[in-house]
Amino acid sequence: MSESNEFVRKVAEEKYKFGFTTDIHTEIIDKGLNEDVIRTISSKKGEPEWLLEFRLEAYRYWLTQKQPEWGHLKMPDIDYQAISYYADPTKKKKDSGSKEIDPELMKTFDKLGIPLEERLALSGTAVDAVMDSVSVKTTFKERLAEKNIIFCSISEAVREYPELVRAYLGSVVPYRDNYFAALNSAVFSDGSFVYIPKNTRCPMELSTYFRINARNTGQFERTLIVCDEGSYVSYLEGCTAPMRDENQLHAAIVEIVVMDNAEVKYSTVQNWYPGDADGKGGVLNLVTKRGHLRGVNSKLSWTQVETGSAITWKYPSCILTGDNSQAEFYSVAVTNNYQQADTGTKMIHIGKNTRSTIISKGISAGRSQNSYRGLVKVGANADGARNYSSCDSLLLGSLCGAHTFPYMDVHNNTATVEHEATTSKISEEQLFYCNQRGISTEEAVGLIVNGYAKDVINKLPMEFAVEAQKLLSVSLEGTVG
Amino acid sequence: MLEVRNLHACINGKEILKGVDLTIKDGEIHALMGTNGAGKSTLSNVIVGHPSYEVTAGSITFNGQNLLEMKPEERAHAGIFLSFQQPVEIPGVSMVNFMRAAVNARHKALGEEQMKSTDFLKLMREKRKFVEIDNKLINRSVNEGFSGGEKKRNEIFQMAMLEPKFCILDETDSGLDVDALRIVAEGFNKLRTKETSAMVITHYQRLLDYIRPDVVHVLLDGRIVKTGGAELAQEIENRGFDWIKEEVTE
Amino acid sequence: MNGGKQYIDLYRESREIIMQHSASLMNAVRDEAFGCFERIGFPSRKVERYKYTDVEKAFAPDYGLNLTRIDIPVNPQDVFKCDVPNLSTQLFFMENDAFYKGNQRSVLSEDGVIITSLKKAADKYSDIVGKYYSKLADVTSDSITALNTAFAQDGLFVYVPRNVQLKRPVQIVNILRSGVDMMVNRRVLIVLEEGADATFLFCDHAMDNVHFLTTQVIEVFVADNAHADIYELEETHTKCKRFSNLYIKTGGYCTVSHNNITLFNGLTRNTTDVILDGEYSELTLNGCVVADKKQYVDNNTLIDHRKPNCTSNELYKYVVDESAVGAFAGRILVQKDAQHTVSQETNANLCVTKEARVYTQPMLEIYADDVKCAHGSTIGLLDESALFYMQQRGISAEEARMLLKFAFVGQVIEQVKLEPLRDRLQRLVEKRFRGELNKCIGCAICK
Repeated sequence: MSESNEFVRKVAEEKYKFGFTTDIHTEIIDKGLNEDVIRTISSKKGEPEWLLEFRLEAYRYWLTQKQPEWGHLKMPDIDYQAISYYADPTKKKKDSGSKEIDPELMKTFDKLGIPLEERLALSGTAVDAVMDSVSVKTTFKERLAEKNIIFCSISEAVREYPELVRAYLGSVVPYRDNYFAALNSAVFSDGSFVYIPKNTRCPMELSTYFRINARNTGQFERTLIVCDEGSYVSYLEGCTAPMRDENQLHAAIVEIVVMDNAEVKYSTVQNWYPGDADGKGGVLNLVTKRGHLRGVNSKLSWTQVETGSAITWKYPSCILTGDNSQAEFYSVAVTNNYQQADTGTKMIHIGKNTRSTIISKGISAGRSQNSYRGLVKVGANADGARNYSSCDSLLLGSLCGAHTFPYMDVHNNTATVEHEATTSKISEEQLFYCNQRGISTEEAVGLIVNGYAKDVINKLPMEFAVEAQKLLSVSLEGTVG
Repeated sequence: MLEVRNLHACINGKEILKGVDLTIKDGEIHALMGTNGAGKSTLSNVIVGHPSYEVTAGSITFNGQNLLEMKPEERAHAGIFLSFQQPVEIPGVSMVNFMRAAVNARHKALGEEQMKSTDFLKLMREKRKFVEIDNKLINRSVNEGFSGGEKKRNEIFQMAMLEPKFCILDETDSGLDVDALRIVAEGFNKLRTKETSAMVITHYQRLLDYIRPDVVHVLLDGRIVKTGGAELAQEIENRGFDWIKEEVTE
Repeated sequence: MNGGKQYIDLYRESREIIMQHSASLMNAVRDEAFGCFERIGFPSRKVERYKYTDVEKAFAPDYGLNLTRIDIPVNPQDVFKCDVPNLSTQLFFMENDAFYKGNQRSVLSEDGVIITSLKKAADKYSDIVGKYYSKLADVTSDSITALNTAFAQDGLFVYVPRNVQLKRPVQIVNILRSGVDMMVNRRVLIVLEEGADATFLFCDHAMDNVHFLTTQVIEVFVADNAHADIYELEETHTKCKRFSNLYIKTGGYCTVSHNNITLFNGLTRNTTDVILDGEYSELTLNGCVVADKKQYVDNNTLIDHRKPNCTSNELYKYVVDESAVGAFAGRILVQKDAQHTVSQETNANLCVTKEARVYTQPMLEIYADDVKCAHGSTIGLLDESALFYMQQRGISAEEARMLLKFAFVGQVIEQVKLEPLRDRLQRLVEKRFRGELNKCIGCAICK
């Protein structure tokens, strides 16, 4: 066997099967960002004055800030004036007044495996489909309304439930939180709003599917989930984008509020276009996700499978304020070719007897860089807090990097915080053992990688788990020859 | 039928096999004995196509196919099975998924239909009995946390699943207590058909008490220096290898 | 630029005096180092490597400097007694930053080993000192190193020639001595040639009840096949601040260990940077911290694997009591060519009171695929079931707690290779936990 690991040297072109574009008339506002653009977005959405003010304050704050540089990332220069901040594919050429959804849009989502006709839908999943800046359709709204569950686009929520939105928007991720949060707060377009009333178990999985289509636009979605006392919801998020040579900017915010005895599961399968084999193009995925476990005995679980994006900068976090609250973060991040990921979580323990678990699996191939970055903080009053973190890295090839940057700040002597990390590769002996049993090397790598990521994949809802497994194999196709 | 002709092989540039000739006919059991470092494991690794070894001269054919031109998995599909001396651990990959992948790959290579999940699980249940392997082991990751004996049983279990034509048992007896040895050996005997041939590598007579060899070879310094019947193994057990070495140098 | 103005002014005013009382080789790099300090200033807490220590605050008070090298009238032999029975060392004293004049003969007769004042060596052995001085301690990236290089006038020089094995450990007792608040900038240069073998024990003590601020830069060059064990033991007092940057660079087939033990201090920041620049070298970095009152200990390490087939092991343990603060950041960097690296890093912390703070940050940065690296970090409290078990056997809760704490750091002490030293450390740590430590007879504070 040659020194240079013959079997991992060859990095073949991988096919991104969601890379098609939809040819549809899209109303796009002029490129650039200023207060007028923000006013335009706000007026197009028919927003109330307070929301416009919120946007403008965020924008003014953003102007005073610099793009963060602490990530283990080589970030391309982003020209914020070269991006259009609003693209609406649902707008007809001549306003025909028809409420029908353009068949092209329906076809697009069909092709992505997200049928928008309820009779064709995956059993037990309600979908909010968002393309570019606008929500195209939300399914099963009526059925959910029977239980007083609100599931709609955030634009609609602003119109229909302004008090609820106003009470929670920015309460978990204030616009001052970070540079991209400020940007999103200024220009956010669409996203989903979920409200689960007290003592209600949401009868179906809720999901949002994000699609970037238009050229030179960014997507700035905003999701807000409020799960009231004693309730439960499982929420899924999926995303894809066409193959384009330029980077596309995606700066989203997800806020989750969990009340007493409530539980939220949030799952993501992130498959934005990762760029080509030479690192050209791809989505810059710069996302702030945070949940606030406000109530006693509340639970929040983040599960993410990150296979796409040229750059991922994302730290789904939990603030554990409620006593006995429990938070989990399960992550698989795969990087190949020139992809870069700097991802992890923050667990901020404030309440007593709070528990958090972090399981992170990084898989690096090609010339990619994959970093875990996480903070576990235990406040002075968080008596009996516990955290367990485990961060493993798997390296496929000698040109990639795998890094672990955990931070632990403990201000309470009754806390127990444990962190472990390991780095490994797929050994030649393992591959040969599989070969001897008749399994090809390519298949063996898929098998071993899926086995490695199993603890995380198992946390996903069934349909997502199957998709995630396929994605893992596809993302690494050609990494061994 | 396996035919090895004038086989030379090296690892990291060092020649280990220096001209091995060996013919194993269908249904025959051959025992391969020899001192440590004589090249026994090298020979078995070369037959199954381990990438660390380089064949510098000679040939290996199996039922007329040139093995040296085949990938390890193709050799497996042709019916060659190696029971590893030290089976590797593959964390996270369950035995079920692993065996399913192996069985399906074989079916595909042979142009047969893929097995249904229920049939597959039924097959697993059936084959398990041969080596009295616990269901718990089957639900664990491949070899992970298995004891030495459990690993060896698991090898024979996989043999049962894959129904090979030619098996190599590379020191399958090492690290086994008497009971485990009996279970493994009897499992192997139950699995044998009239056509199954095998090469059994061992240092000890005790395995050969269960698996009776038709032919015994002694491999020393990369060559087969003596071949005899089952009684040769007994003689080695009693007298060691030195007398053979002396014969060779004479 | 953060708050370094008084030091910039001081350097500008006293440049001539500093140089006049130092050696030309040390003066040669002074201005460049000062330039770097002027440019980067003290690191703010946004600088990743200094996020746990407020450097500017530590350097803000006014300290005196002995720039004109006035002799301090004391015989350390009178006031310091090493309480290590059976530990036969070659003993040397450093008074503040100066090599004590009453030390035994500084050039050892055996095999050309040199242990002497750095200032003297810089003139007398200029070929060796010139080859190594300030070659490893990078003034451009660390402001403490830049500041030390600009101000340091003397220190210690050790040279062990090819294939020479020092039979007895070299013990350096750093004594801080002053009637007024004092800043000390000490410099150490250690050169081990190929196949050399030496053990070093540095003990830090403070004799006067004033504020001390020490900066120290130690450069250690370990050539191929050489072997070095370095122990550092800090037993000063609560008015002492220590900023020590240790730089080690190894060749191939070396065995190097460093043990950093902090028992008593005020504020301590230790930076340990090791470059493994040859194949098949083995590195051990151990540390143990016992902190209470308002002690502050921040250990920051970097292990840079540049060549294949090296092994590194790191173990740091902290017991943080009362309102003390413990911080640990350990970065393991495995460069692209460093295949077959094996590295294990462990940091474990006991947080004894509600007021105690622990920060820990173990980092892996890996660019080679065929490596075995792992790190683990824990912060926790004493095992309640073990406590109860001991109580059930009649051991008082207090004693049981002490035993558990002692056992906790014992894992680090056990790795000390010198048996007499290990015994001494065990006793010291036990006494430390019992609050019975009578550190040194001459110490003014801790009696």
